Amino acid sequence: MSPHDSRLPDHPTTAGRHIPDRLTSPAARALKSWEALLLVVAIAIFIMNAMASPWFLDPWSLSDATFNFTEKAMIAFAMAMLIVAGEIDLSVGAIIALASTVMGVAMSAGAPVPVLVLLGLGTGLACGAFNGLLVARFGLPSIVVTIGTMSLFRGISYIVLGDGAFTGYPAGFAWFGQGYVFWVVTVELVIFALAALAFGILLHRTNFGRMVYAIGNNATAARFSGIRVDRIRFILFLLTGLMSGVAAICLTSRLGSTRPSIASGFELEVVTIVVLGGVSILGGSGTIPGVVLAALVMGLVTFGLGLMNVPGIVMSIVVGALLIGVIALPRLLAMARGR
Amino acid sequence: MSLLKSREAILALAILALLGLIASRFPSFVSPRSLARVLTDTSPLILLALGQMAVILTKCIDLSVAANLALCGMVAALLNGAGVPLPLILLAVIALGAALGAFNGVLVWKLGIPSIVVTLGTMTIYRGTIFLLTGGAWVNAHQMSAAFKAFPRTVIAGLPVMAWIAVAVTAGFALLMTRTPLGRAFYAAGGNPHAAVYTGISVGRTQFLAFVLAGALAGLTGYLWVARYAVAYVDIAGGFELDVVAACVIGGIAIAGGAGTVAGCVMGALFLGIIKNALPVVGISPFWQMAISGSAILIAIAFNAASRREPGRIILKKAEARQLQEAGQ
Repeated sequence: MSPHDSRLPDHPTTAGRHIPDRLTSPAARALKSWEALLLVVAIAIFIMNAMASPWFLDPWSLSDATFNFTEKAMIAFAMAMLIVAGEIDLSVGAIIALASTVMGVAMSAGAPVPVLVLLGLGTGLACGAFNGLLVARFGLPSIVVTIGTMSLFRGISYIVLGDGAFTGYPAGFAWFGQGYVFWVVTVELVIFALAALAFGILLHRTNFGRMVYAIGNNATAARFSGIRVDRIRFILFLLTGLMSGVAAICLTSRLGSTRPSIASGFELEVVTIVVLGGVSILGGSGTIPGVVLAALVMGLVTFGLGLMNVPGIVMSIVVGALLIGVIALPRLLAMARGR
Repeated sequence: MSLLKSREAILALAILALLGLIASRFPSFVSPRSLARVLTDTSPLILLALGQMAVILTKCIDLSVAANLALCGMVAALLNGAGVPLPLILLAVIALGAALGAFNGVLVWKLGIPSIVVTLGTMTIYRGTIFLLTGGAWVNAHQMSAAFKAFPRTVIAGLPVMAWIAVAVTAGFALLMTRTPLGRAFYAAGGNPHAAVYTGISVGRTQFLAFVLAGALAGLTGYLWVARYAVAYVDIAGGFELDVVAACVIGGIAIAGGAGTVAGCVMGALFLGIIKNALPVVGISPFWQMAISGSAILIAIAFNAASRREPGRIILKKAEARQLQEAGQ
């Protein structure tokens, strides 16, 4: 049982599981899936946005809308795998802050762009390794570990920066967060797509992915079947740290400055994207395509609210309500059906 | 139990050592008046940590307490502005806090949603609601009545009311945890949920009550906070939930539920409170505080894990190693 599992595990029922005579066709299953529902929701919000604002359908406007989710979604892919494996990382926003601060320090010392990028990725990896070491090597619960490192990582940024900020990143650095690959396709969107592809293949087409599901469903059984559970947990934290480093590069480049409060609250939105994408918070199930669609839905919702001049803090209410609502709704329906 | 007792003893020694270290350079820090100020400053943390303790004992976590505090504090300030008398305000914020806690509790109890997800969500919802109430406006000192601001600062027998409330709630919690069925239920629900069910304890209901208790305390603290600092705005006590969890973890409340004492919890809060108050005295920038809290959490959980009973998978590891050894021979 994962450490953040606060529910009683279900007692095995005497009735046994219902095993159908014939499996439903893959097409029928796909239609009824969570991903299909998300796709419908995404299209509906898209149409609503298009009707609500005449500026929405402009390609440049749509291109701007992608910034609402690309950075968070990059982390969400790695976080999805982590949550499938029954762990969680609440320190991702703090890792961004620390990575951005390290890049800021190097930038002040006159480091060229490639060094900044390497430092951003390296800091992310180091933070992920630190989380992974505490969870996988010392067997500490990931929730508390990452609540602790969340304070620690961002705390270091505060020690370095206080109430100051790093500005004046070199012009070449702006490419990551403000550049375009061609026409309206941003560099961030391309990174997002490549990350989606890479994590999709890793989770759904490799042994590693199968092992992640196995650990999430039953870590003890996974260990008995020869899976190096702790090593895989460590790698997952490493990947989450790495993607946080990538996001830190993009975000710092896009904003052009580093403050210690950068990316605060990211962890909430990343976890919301993952859960909205149909990943069970208790581990063991979920897909990367679901997370991609959830990122699109979140991006469209926040952009749509932005078009209607809704302030950021009200959007965060929507995000919080979405997080709870998405998990509550299927359970409420199941309860209603059970009666 | 001797292990648990020694834990509290270690923490008490750590606090004394910390005070001794500060006193060796800055003796005025340990004067009775200065210590009373530290206790008063730490009162909100103690109150919230006690509520959080009840929640953590039942294998849950409440990340929404700081947002709950901020919302109740703002409501207290707004009620005061509308001319509502102080006793009614106190009742209102406690009731509101309990209701916000109950909302968390119902989602955990009736829908079985993991508490971390529920309270991560309600954290932003509660704080966002303050913005919806006020449009982001502040309530400043001159908009509050004198009686509203004076109550937590009124000094009785050398200590302000705020500190006395923390002392009284601590005593109440000690009784609740060790002398009442509900207190035992908190431990039982987290220590072994299956056994708790067989002994007739509803685990979900116990978790619900823990959230209500934590919420009510957050509501009360919301008023105390706003009245003492004489200002209410959207971001008060931002990130305070981390300090609260840190106080519990440092105090030896097992995050897996079922273990921990009121004394440990209060000492955990005092430990953080002393550090926070000592930083400016010692001449370290207050920006260090966040990293120190984070390190304290990590050290405390590592320490808790070392003194904890070995869980099943470690036994499995040993069996694995033995098998490998036998296979090698």
